[in-house]
Amino acid sequence: MSDLLTFHFDVDGDDFTSAGQASVQIKKNLRQLGISPDTIRRVSIAMYEGEINMVIHAGGGEADVSVSEDQVIIVLKDQGPGIPNIEQAMQEGFSTAPDAIRSLGFGAGMGLPNMKRYTDFMNIESEVGKGTTITMKVNI
Amino acid sequence: MKISMIKELLEADIVCGEENLGNHVYSACGSDMMSDVLAFVKDQAVLLTGLVNSQVIRTAEMMDMVCVVLVRSKLPTPEMIELAKESGIVLLSSKKRMYDACGILYTNGLVGNKLRS
Repeated sequence: MSDLLTFHFDVDGDDFTSAGQASVQIKKNLRQLGISPDTIRRVSIAMYEGEINMVIHAGGGEADVSVSEDQVIIVLKDQGPGIPNIEQAMQEGFSTAPDAIRSLGFGAGMGLPNMKRYTDFMNIESEVGKGTTITMKVNI
Repeated sequence: MKISMIKELLEADIVCGEENLGNHVYSACGSDMMSDVLAFVKDQAVLLTGLVNSQVIRTAEMMDMVCVVLVRSKLPTPEMIELAKESGIVLLSSKKRMYDACGILYTNGLVGNKLRS
């Protein structure tokens, strides 16, 4: 079995300004590992979108990233309100973000579709009132 | 086009990143919606925007962009300047409006790019 490198981050839900810090750090870590720029970009954009989502909708959460020889796995877990209708949430343009978030340049209903677009695998597990766990994989 | 040329064409002030003004860029995009930048932009090196918050710089960093131009005389927050310095992004501020700024750069040869399908 190949060695796994793992990284853990707590995503602060109170501060929109600091959202994205974990993704910036992962980008640096992957760069140090010599992973290709295209793969790094896909991982960091997908994770950044997920991080922003956790801050907007779920009051923060946790992000775990593991890197093996052939893929990067990102698991984003929150204890937020959950997603009642995942199919609807996956539609481009569908958004439940408040206007205040739109004025900050986000909440256009592109986050989840974008995460799927940039990754090779994405799974959403969500229970209303309990939280959401998103698993994404990017092949190296 | 050199970033210094963008500064000249847009009569922009340099906020930070002066040491990188000599870098060449080949395409640009303009948007106030970071969600759209993350969704549709591919390989553009310059972001023109009227939006002012730290996520503008983070978005540019995620997209491997090297220059951010704030239009309509917007001034960056201290956090934006700090983040731009950390990631080596040239931050410019121009009096031009978005439409004019994009048009000036486009007609001088700095094009957009194909949309990601």
